[in-house]
Amino acid sequence: MNETVPTSEEIDTLLAEYSHLEGPLLPILHAMQDSFGHIPEAAHRPIAEALNISRAELHGVISFYHDFRENPVGRHVLKICRAEACQAVGGTALAEATLAKLGLDWHGTTINGAVTVEPVYCLGLCACAPAAMLDDRVVGRVDNARMDTLLAEAGA
Amino acid sequence: MKIYVPMDSAAKALGAEDVAAAIRTEAKARGIEIELVRNGTRGMIWLEPLVEVEIDGVRHGYGPATVGDVADILAGDSAKALGPVEKLDWMKRQTRLTFARVGVINPLSLSDYEAHGGLAGLWRAIGMDGAGIVEEVTKSGLRGRGGAGFPTGIKWKTVHDAAGPQKYIVCNADEGDSGTFADRMIMEGDPFTLIEGMAIAGLGVGATKGYVYLRSEYPDAIRVMRRAVEIARGAGVLGADVLGSGRAFEMEIRVGAGAYVCGEETSLLNSLEGKRGVVRAKPPLPALEGFLGRPTVVNNVISLATVPVIFEKGAQYYADFGLGRSRGTVTLQIAGNVARGGLFETAFGISLGEVVNDLGSGTASGRPVKAVQVGGPLGAYIPVSNFDAPLGYEELDAKGGLLGHAGLVVFDDAADMLQMARFAMEFCAVESCGKCTPCRIGAVRGVETLDRIAEGDGAAIPLLTDLCETMKDGSLCALGGFTPLPVMSALTHFPNDFATQQEAAE
Ligand SMILES: Cc1cc2nc3c(=O)[nH]c(=O)nc-3n(C[C@H](O)[C@H](O)[C@H](O)COP(=O)(O)O)c2cc1C
Ligand code: SF4
Repeated sequence: MNETVPTSEEIDTLLAEYSHLEGPLLPILHAMQDSFGHIPEAAHRPIAEALNISRAELHGVISFYHDFRENPVGRHVLKICRAEACQAVGGTALAEATLAKLGLDWHGTTINGAVTVEPVYCLGLCACAPAAMLDDRVVGRVDNARMDTLLAEAGA
Repeated sequence: MKIYVPMDSAAKALGAEDVAAAIRTEAKARGIEIELVRNGTRGMIWLEPLVEVEIDGVRHGYGPATVGDVADILAGDSAKALGPVEKLDWMKRQTRLTFARVGVINPLSLSDYEAHGGLAGLWRAIGMDGAGIVEEVTKSGLRGRGGAGFPTGIKWKTVHDAAGPQKYIVCNADEGDSGTFADRMIMEGDPFTLIEGMAIAGLGVGATKGYVYLRSEYPDAIRVMRRAVEIARGAGVLGADVLGSGRAFEMEIRVGAGAYVCGEETSLLNSLEGKRGVVRAKPPLPALEGFLGRPTVVNNVISLATVPVIFEKGAQYYADFGLGRSRGTVTLQIAGNVARGGLFETAFGISLGEVVNDLGSGTASGRPVKAVQVGGPLGAYIPVSNFDAPLGYEELDAKGGLLGHAGLVVFDDAADMLQMARFAMEFCAVESCGKCTPCRIGAVRGVETLDRIAEGDGAAIPLLTDLCETMKDGSLCALGGFTPLPVMSALTHFPNDFATQQEAAE
């Protein structure tokens, strides 16, 4: 994840790319987060002005969705599924063990900044549960050993 | 030598990328000329990664394959050999209409798609007028596969008859229910089917623009769908002049942002417009005032992806499958603690017991089955005593269940149903859009009440029952309105899990 403070040119470039769409706000927020790792404070005013909405409205949208973050996160994001199909095969214990091992709560980031752990409700891998996703890479039938490998790869 | 290794995300999650890489390396080392096709999954997830080797036009399966199996597979002498894939019991017992091509073709090859019946439906629709297209869908008996089971033809007719300078087709690919992955599987395994279905819908109702609202939790499906749209555009399937018909249809893939409630159609439309995903009161119906206030068809992925086969084979052909008012096929997703999980497409009417015990071969843990949650987080927990229930919309409703998007999550006897009920309330609290008090506040109270019951306070049980009544009656949408279903079914069928410690000791 990139955590540098974006320049106003970078922000304007992204805005120019998506502002013409019907309902451009979610695509813009995704593009900002993909580029900067979160929705930077510096982008709020330009987005609000480009779409002619108030900053309060913008904040309302950002805070509604679980995906959007207002603060930087770790270099990698590990999502662990908490939904029913994963629970049916030990997903809860796996998640608890992982958080305990890292000394984190949900949404927490390891001290070295390597990994942020987030809950997710279903990855569509319900026939090979428990499931997790490291950045964009999906993993099924995760047990403690497999989780350790993932965490090691991510540098946790 | 033609070899298939799925690129479906369930196969990837089980190591398909490493297996594919090992096949390339091993073939090179042996000097064997291979064509490696990345197909979708056949749906037998317990056999993934399922490698298929084509010999004299017949595809032989090997699975679940590991990197260590690759040398033997290429030598034609592997302990993981399954024989011809089409002859496997799981494949032979299905009626694959919507999923006919999934796992068979290269998902991103339009010529493969056409060689397997693709675009035949769209060609036929081009020869019909809008009213004729809508009539065909009505005759097929197709009902929405997203959960509510609303007749698709009636919805399309409303949009067809509505006046508006611009109409839209919006595909609901938010698939948030745990235990469901049919939408994902078809988008990754046969994306042109969805594109073709949306184009037919567009011609039918007079919409020239379509959006797929695809959840962000599916990065692989997003990539495949985006690429497929580009290919379809390049080939003139999409654009200003669909297959030379003189009629236009364009479409775009939009990504959700991790809110379960955005699967509810009006919340989805708000989200697509760039607003908070708050549920809208109905009326107005989205069919009349939908995206940007204009007439809009909102349909689930499977509903739309089933349209091409209806036009290819005819409405009557499709309607001849099924049970009662549930016509055609149901795309069952068998998941959770089950030995053989995956996707199984069959005519409506198969019993829950046959699906879980026979197809699924019972639990993965080998322990007895305790319950099956059918229909996602808002569906009921069904005990083994109700396994004779036939899977159809009305039939399951009569047993106090909900078919929903046809996902089945199996639990073994280690499951604590009080904890599952608590999770249902917690999930509702986390995902509530916040519009109605019974949902927003009620779900939080529900968690607290269940915690009291867990601590041995039996007097809290009637409170829970009352709370569920309030949520059921006072919620605008099915998130608040149906969360009582898993909670009350757990309480009704598994009272021992809710017994106070004193009672349990007695
Ligand atoms: C809380 C909630 C979540 C829903 N999630 C989905 C979903 O993920 N996918 C879907 O197709 N329908 C979902 N629905 C149903 C939609 O509101 C709508 O009925 C459906 O998209 C209509 O398409 P269909 O007629 O083709 O099923 C959900 C409904 C509710 C109340
Ligand atoms: S029931 Fe819940 S999710 Fe549905 S509209 Fe009301 S508050 Fe929103």
